[in-house]
Amino acid sequence: MSETLRTPAPSTPPDRLEPPAAARRYRFLTDRRLAWLFISPALALLIFLSIWPLVRLIWLSFTDYSVTRDVPATFLGLDNYIDVITSPIVQKRALTTLIFVVGAVGLQTFLGFAIAFLISRRQRGRGALTTMFLIPMMLSPVVVGLFWKFMLDVQFGVVNSFLDSLGLGRAEWLTQQRLALFSLIVVDTWQWTPFIMLIALAGLTAVPKYLYEAAEIDRASEWFKFRRITLPLVWPLVLIAVMFRAIEAFRLFDLVYILTGGGPGGTTETLSYNVYKVAFFGFDTGRAAAYGILMVIVVIVASQLYLRYLHRLQTR
Amino acid sequence: MATHIQPIDLADAGIAGETAAPPPVRRRRRLGSGIEVVLLTVFAVVMLFPVIWMLETALKETRDIYAVPAKVFSFSPTLEHLKDVFSSGSPVFSGFKNSVIVSGASTLIATVLGVPAAYAYSRFKIPFKKDQLFFILSTRFMPPVVVVIPIFLMFRDLDLLGTLQGLILVYAAFNLPFTIWMMKGFIDEVPAEYEEAAMLDGYSRLEAFWRVTMPLLVPGIVATAVFALIFSWNEFVYAIFLITDPANRTAPPAIAGLIGGTTIDWGLVAASAMVFAIPVLVFAYLVRRHLVAGVTLGAVRR
Repeated sequence: MSETLRTPAPSTPPDRLEPPAAARRYRFLTDRRLAWLFISPALALLIFLSIWPLVRLIWLSFTDYSVTRDVPATFLGLDNYIDVITSPIVQKRALTTLIFVVGAVGLQTFLGFAIAFLISRRQRGRGALTTMFLIPMMLSPVVVGLFWKFMLDVQFGVVNSFLDSLGLGRAEWLTQQRLALFSLIVVDTWQWTPFIMLIALAGLTAVPKYLYEAAEIDRASEWFKFRRITLPLVWPLVLIAVMFRAIEAFRLFDLVYILTGGGPGGTTETLSYNVYKVAFFGFDTGRAAAYGILMVIVVIVASQLYLRYLHRLQTR
Repeated sequence: MATHIQPIDLADAGIAGETAAPPPVRRRRRLGSGIEVVLLTVFAVVMLFPVIWMLETALKETRDIYAVPAKVFSFSPTLEHLKDVFSSGSPVFSGFKNSVIVSGASTLIATVLGVPAAYAYSRFKIPFKKDQLFFILSTRFMPPVVVVIPIFLMFRDLDLLGTLQGLILVYAAFNLPFTIWMMKGFIDEVPAEYEEAAMLDGYSRLEAFWRVTMPLLVPGIVATAVFALIFSWNEFVYAIFLITDPANRTAPPAIAGLIGGTTIDWGLVAASAMVFAIPVLVFAYLVRRHLVAGVTLGAVRR
């Protein structure tokens, strides 16, 4: 007993604690300096190519600057913004964009979730199936646009060829009003359904098995299991995926550029494409800047509201 | 006693021997499973058909490409179009070269700048950390067509317009937020105790990071870099606005340029698109385990 209670013999401390050799080498790098050293290069690049352009964009939006004229720009105040908001063309383009976003993201969510659900119920080959379904998403929008422009061609496109042999007649997929926007939605859905599918699948495979087993014991119907277990657990994740997709769809440009060029009669002209025309054909840089900033504001406000809604949904 | 030797199906049906047919729930489920398989097959065909069609078009002779009705199975394959893609005079070939340079260099810059920054955000106390991180991410959500206007003006002043260097910088800045967010996730997963143990052994923070944490991060860095590579390889909007000289164009605008004329050589377009897409598909397959995090900028992790 006395052995264990005895305090250890006091060792004489050295006069000064010597840090080991390695620590001394980089002693000047305190945590704070290291953090600064690590972050500043990245921030510098972002300031140079994200923040500074943004500041310049905001400044431009208050002026009548144009790329082609060499005269100094005059300050206009909020004129550009008022012009953009009250312009009937912009309102039309906003409606087109809204139809596109709702149609495409809605379809993608439904199909993506359905495919993910079907895949998650397979016992074998899940990995191979997933990989196969993901191909469209990894392709460049240019490649996808060209694929479909070729397939939807009026004369020798394979879609019309199939329809023809079924006796349904041909359609002008990309040059007929109304139909062109629909084709755009279809192509976007083809490319991005895998995105929703991938995230829904991640959610579906994460649902704990024992919940289903417990429901099985209670002889719960398939529908009950889906409605009460699967959906509540996976839906929040799917909603996040929907937000990502909606933001991307809202700024759609490349597919329009390749498939329709905004035609026919401007019926497929999205907001992004309209900004491009104002900036690079109208040479009205100041106005395009205001236009773009309004778009950014819409995205920020909408996503904030959406996130708040999502948060409420999850805490409930 | 007799119940023990009955087949399982019958024993399952309640009182043994009373029901000859399998219970109705079972049959419905088998039917449902059949419908599921059919549905899945239909989806798979629809999703894959365009890709297969493009592959076929790339391998068809020109007159078969424009055949009406379309030839799905009966055509004689040729490598003519693929040869055209790689011929030295084709605009697409130089596009591929430029694309390799631009995406490689921009990914390198984004990784070298992004990994240390992600480490600092993960490990150190930094004022307004959350706001900084959110701001970094938000730069990715601006419409490219809008962002390109001030960058266009800036590059014109700096003589970077139309150069590969300019595009490399833009892509690096475009991939940096992604790299930081994705890597922060990977670094958060490595316990800080490893480094602290090394620091107790006498290493400085920098060396602990380099010798202890870094080796554990290599798979994550590779996955992140592959995603950055795919993003810049596929990027189109900045490429068409910032580069107008055909000699400096990357592959996506070069391929899109093929459909600009009055007659379109769809065989060449298809072959170029296929050659362009194959590296992406290979890379995507390599990082398939990280796809969820990758496509959501690291916001959703499994």
